[in-house]
Amino acid sequence: MVFEKVSKIIAEKINCDASELTADTKFADLGIDSLDVTELVMNIEDEFSIELEVDSSLASIGDLVNLVESKLK
Amino acid sequence: MTFSIIGTGMYVPPKIVTNDDLSKTLDTNDEWIRQRVGVQRRHVCTGETTAELAYQAALRALENSGCTPEDLDLIICSTISGDLVSPALACVVQKMLGASCPAYDVNSACSAFLFLLETAAGYFARGKVKKVLAIGAERMSKLLDWQDRGTCVIFGDGAGAAVLASGEGYIDSTISTKGNDEVIRVPAFAGESPYSTLEPERPFIRMQGQETFKYAVNAMCSDISKLMQNNRLTAEDIAYVVPHQANKRIIDLACMRLRIPIKKFYVNIQEYGNTSSASIPIALDELNRKGLLKRGDNLILSAFGAGESNASCLLKW
Repeated sequence: MVFEKVSKIIAEKINCDASELTADTKFADLGIDSLDVTELVMNIEDEFSIELEVDSSLASIGDLVNLVESKLK
Repeated sequence: MTFSIIGTGMYVPPKIVTNDDLSKTLDTNDEWIRQRVGVQRRHVCTGETTAELAYQAALRALENSGCTPEDLDLIICSTISGDLVSPALACVVQKMLGASCPAYDVNSACSAFLFLLETAAGYFARGKVKKVLAIGAERMSKLLDWQDRGTCVIFGDGAGAAVLASGEGYIDSTISTKGNDEVIRVPAFAGESPYSTLEPERPFIRMQGQETFKYAVNAMCSDISKLMQNNRLTAEDIAYVVPHQANKRIIDLACMRLRIPIKKFYVNIQEYGNTSSASIPIALDELNRKGLLKRGDNLILSAFGAGESNASCLLKW
């Protein structure tokens, strides 16, 4: 569920099909830089009503999904 | 009673450093800096002091306002990159101008110019002053680790000033501080005390880029929305938003989230880089001198910086 929502937010940002995204997809491979990742984090915070810490360790969609899931527990 | 801005001025040192210049000594390039920060070039001090930048901006603001130094009841300055720890920059500028009114500094990092306006508003409200000179002046080049490509490409040197006079132009404001000394940090000179057991920190600016970006966009959006709601204004009612010129990407995202057209955001980071507390008065002076402002225009000034300290105000020009 978290993965689907996160993928949808990413797909909207970069105008791609969410079905093309997997947990292993690296942001760098999508042309998403660290400030774009921060923007995604902000959109995700709004969507889930949570607050996330953002740093350079977030390299893949899976990293972001794990971060969100850790906050929802 | 509050105040209106009756004159503006700015000054930047003539030495220009382009992105290509930086890429000669750093592992960076023009495209990366433009895309990630929005800076194309910045003005950098060679022999100029912070006080000289402030003085030149002040002279221009006084001339623009038709006032003389003798007319001033207060001089307030903001800087995090002054020449001296003490006395205050405002005292040095007072001496250079030959003024005799009280003069002191307010430190609130990049958002400090708006804290100056808020400070001045208190004096006007109590009827203690008729003319105030507010100056933001920064020599950020001395606070940079020029080997750190993550920070040194962002900043520039310069000063901006405004003369405030009794009036009804300062309509509303919001200021806040979060008590954060980690996200953006500039350690002071550690000293040489033989008794100190503290580990000295290098006295250069350090930023957590992504946290700064998130904080900045959220602060701008929440401050500007609050001012617009409180004063029942829509985007159409605003002539210009003058944001702190920290990073073009911050401005772009705030603009998108606020649903205010980008053409209403005044942007000059490409020319000057981030000049900390000087960025807003420099932008204001450019707007003024280009004739882009009409009497009665609503302006929103919005700034954020270390602290995490942010402020926005609604001005009627």
